[in-house]
Amino acid sequence: MRRFLTTKGIIGLTLLTIIALIAILGPLILSPDAATAMDMTARRSPPSWKHPLGTDQLGRDLLFRVILGARTSLEIAVSAVLMSIVLGLPLGLISGYFGGRTDNILMRLVDTLLAFPALLLALTISAVLGPNVQNTIIAIGIAFTPFLARIIRGEALRVAQMPYVEAARASGTTDVMIMVRHVLPNILPAVIVQGTISLAFAILAEAGLSFLGLGTQPPAASWGLMIQASRDQLDIAPWTALVPGLAVALTVLALNMVGDVLRDILDPRSK
Amino acid sequence: MNAPAKPIVSVDHLRVEFPTRGGTVIGVEDVSFTIAPGETLCVVGESGSGKSVTSLSLMRLVEFGGGQITEGALTFARADGSTLNVATASPEVMQGVRGNEIGMIFQEPMTALNPVFTIERQLTDGLILHKGLSQQAASARALELLKLVRIPEPERRLKQYPHELSGGMRQRVVIAMAMTCEPKLLIADEPTTALDVTIQAEILALINRLKREKGMAVLFITHDMAVVAQMADRVVVMYQGRIVETGTVTDIFENPQQDYTRALLAAVPKLGEMKGKTAPERMRLIGDEAARAAAVAPKARKPEVLLDVRHLTTRFPVKGGILRRTVAQVHAVEDVSFTLNVGETLALVGESGCGKSSTGRSILRLIEPTSGEVWIGGRDIRALSHHDLRRARADMQMVFQDPFASLNPYRRLKDQVSEPIQNFGLATGQALKDRVEQLFDRVRLPRAFMTRFPHELSGGQRQRVAIARALAVNPKLIVADEAVSALDVSVQAQVLNLMMELQEDLGLSYLFISHDMAVVERVAHHVGVMYLGRIVEIGPRASVFENPQHPYTRSLLSAVPIADPRKRRFADDLTFKPITSPIFPLGHTPAPSTYTEVAPGHRVLHP
Repeated sequence: MRRFLTTKGIIGLTLLTIIALIAILGPLILSPDAATAMDMTARRSPPSWKHPLGTDQLGRDLLFRVILGARTSLEIAVSAVLMSIVLGLPLGLISGYFGGRTDNILMRLVDTLLAFPALLLALTISAVLGPNVQNTIIAIGIAFTPFLARIIRGEALRVAQMPYVEAARASGTTDVMIMVRHVLPNILPAVIVQGTISLAFAILAEAGLSFLGLGTQPPAASWGLMIQASRDQLDIAPWTALVPGLAVALTVLALNMVGDVLRDILDPRSK
Repeated sequence: MNAPAKPIVSVDHLRVEFPTRGGTVIGVEDVSFTIAPGETLCVVGESGSGKSVTSLSLMRLVEFGGGQITEGALTFARADGSTLNVATASPEVMQGVRGNEIGMIFQEPMTALNPVFTIERQLTDGLILHKGLSQQAASARALELLKLVRIPEPERRLKQYPHELSGGMRQRVVIAMAMTCEPKLLIADEPTTALDVTIQAEILALINRLKREKGMAVLFITHDMAVVAQMADRVVVMYQGRIVETGTVTDIFENPQQDYTRALLAAVPKLGEMKGKTAPERMRLIGDEAARAAAVAPKARKPEVLLDVRHLTTRFPVKGGILRRTVAQVHAVEDVSFTLNVGETLALVGESGCGKSSTGRSILRLIEPTSGEVWIGGRDIRALSHHDLRRARADMQMVFQDPFASLNPYRRLKDQVSEPIQNFGLATGQALKDRVEQLFDRVRLPRAFMTRFPHELSGGQRQRVAIARALAVNPKLIVADEAVSALDVSVQAQVLNLMMELQEDLGLSYLFISHDMAVVERVAHHVGVMYLGRIVEIGPRASVFENPQHPYTRSLLSAVPIADPRKRRFADDLTFKPITSPIFPLGHTPAPSTYTEVAPGHRVLHP
């Protein structure tokens, strides 16, 4: 734990804690109506005492919306990325470790998925399954799997050539144990880096789906939905884009910092 | 050297520091030496001794690695008669000196050349830049240079790319590049370390000839005492950033003053020093009383065959065309047969690409052989199922070359050593812990190391861990693939002694794969010389080394530098026959290996 206490670690962890607390406690303290209550007298009002972060085109308070949207956005993004790791990790690991025919078959599958734009794929999946939070998670999770699988395969391929893997094989270690004990720990840094980057994209992917009517359903709030809604009023009410945009940016920044520190901690060489 | 001329370079109290986050690290401290024209100064030392930092400082290249020259003067006598202090010269002046008045040869001929330019382009660039020659004049000079370094068919080479040349030819091109502007000082930083012995001998002879013909001063950086003995006029011995001893080459070798120099020399195996002895002998390390005491009487064993390899053949497919079909085959191992007795060492020697490593891996089935039989303990390893093979691997373990890469950086050492034991379910709980402790004691590592990670250990310590891991399941056979090649000489000697001690105590058999003839002479009972996938000569070590019959064995032995300055044997120019390609078209059936017995157990391949 002491090694978490670098400047980067402290800032990242503090930020992430605050964001997580907001996402968890927000819905418990505020009534769900706070995000949808319209104040027709104060549409598109800039930040003021009454509305500290301003209001949107329907006079909804952006502070409440950003707080109540945090949970939806983070829930979807974190679950979707976890899902893509759960699917992509074994796929990439097996493909990269065994190589040859196994690799060819698995990677052609992944390439087929990669050929579709991720958003289009998510769109199709969530259109088939129906629009709700759970299906949005599944859609984004599947759409992101090939990217993770590709990166993990590349790393696994590299690690599988290392002499310590050959040494393990020579001393009678089974393939499964080699993958778990030797390959996995050595590809974990890449998984962490790609995972944190994917989270930012997942938040935005959710926005895209919501915009097309397949993610979060209005009038409920999510960061992505808020960014999409601000699209045609950037010139007259830029704060409507800045508020959710900053929320996404801060979250990604915090995640990247924590991810970096986590990677360093996992590496025994950085002691 | 007679009548020392005005030195070309004099280094005075050089100190180089590397500022890091954890504080300042001193690269070298209080280093002083001079080099006269036509003189070769060898700087010798083990890794981390500061020898490369010294050479990089002379080019002021050390800054690019994050170092700073904080003290001392590096006086260089320029071609126009003026002197220049390299330590304080401006970057512009240094650019004019580098490559122009000081030439440099690097260790790795594969990476010192740019793969996307022709040889001509790489040679002419420097001429056009420094000498202002026209393209035509530069091309003509480039051809001259290739002739100077005696590359065969120089006209054709100009138009070729680096990958089309062999390692030895590439290093000749690198030397030609260093010679483009006729430098007064040539710095050679481990120029032959990455090369095979025969090519090393050629390159060393070439540098010697150029030095004599052009009256250059040569600063030769190496870790290899044998190369020093063959090349140096004067020697600087470095240790941990400081000069330990300076002297003429004969003084250093015959009358070393410092303990460190003596220890370094004692650790170097000298080819030929085992003449007349039949059994291997441990290195006599200064301060290692145990080794001296134990070196007396090796136990006599009744010969009993452990490993019997018959007609082993391994081929790799060469894929080509758009369908990635197999278009040809690399005959990595071709009809190799030998036996290895219990408690003995068979060394496989040869140059890179001769198939010695593939033979070792084929025996353990880390790569699948194409045909042949591998009998060990009454079983044919080749015939075993995947499951039985895993079981059989308890009998045969491997120690790899690179101790940095053969241990998993993410696992504690005790977990890595206990892994084989757990694989075969030999012990659990306290018994497992005891066994691992025993193994650490056995390879003389403190038990405190058990909870450490590989990066916390030095190269030699890691190789001991690798040996402990190999010993964990009480194997009968250990395949040691260049197991000491990556280690510093003093560490190499200790690891070799440990291996020999373990052999005597545990009755281990080693298949010792190595390119180093001097090491092999020291450790092996039997020697097999490999060339192009075949064993060309095999027999008792004394017989093969003292009475080599095959021409390849002879050229290999003649190429090995000897760590004795009175036994210099480089002719002016040596050219060994380059090794031909082991790639054959599909369906090519090579003739079987047939041998003539020239002495008891000593067989030579029929040509």
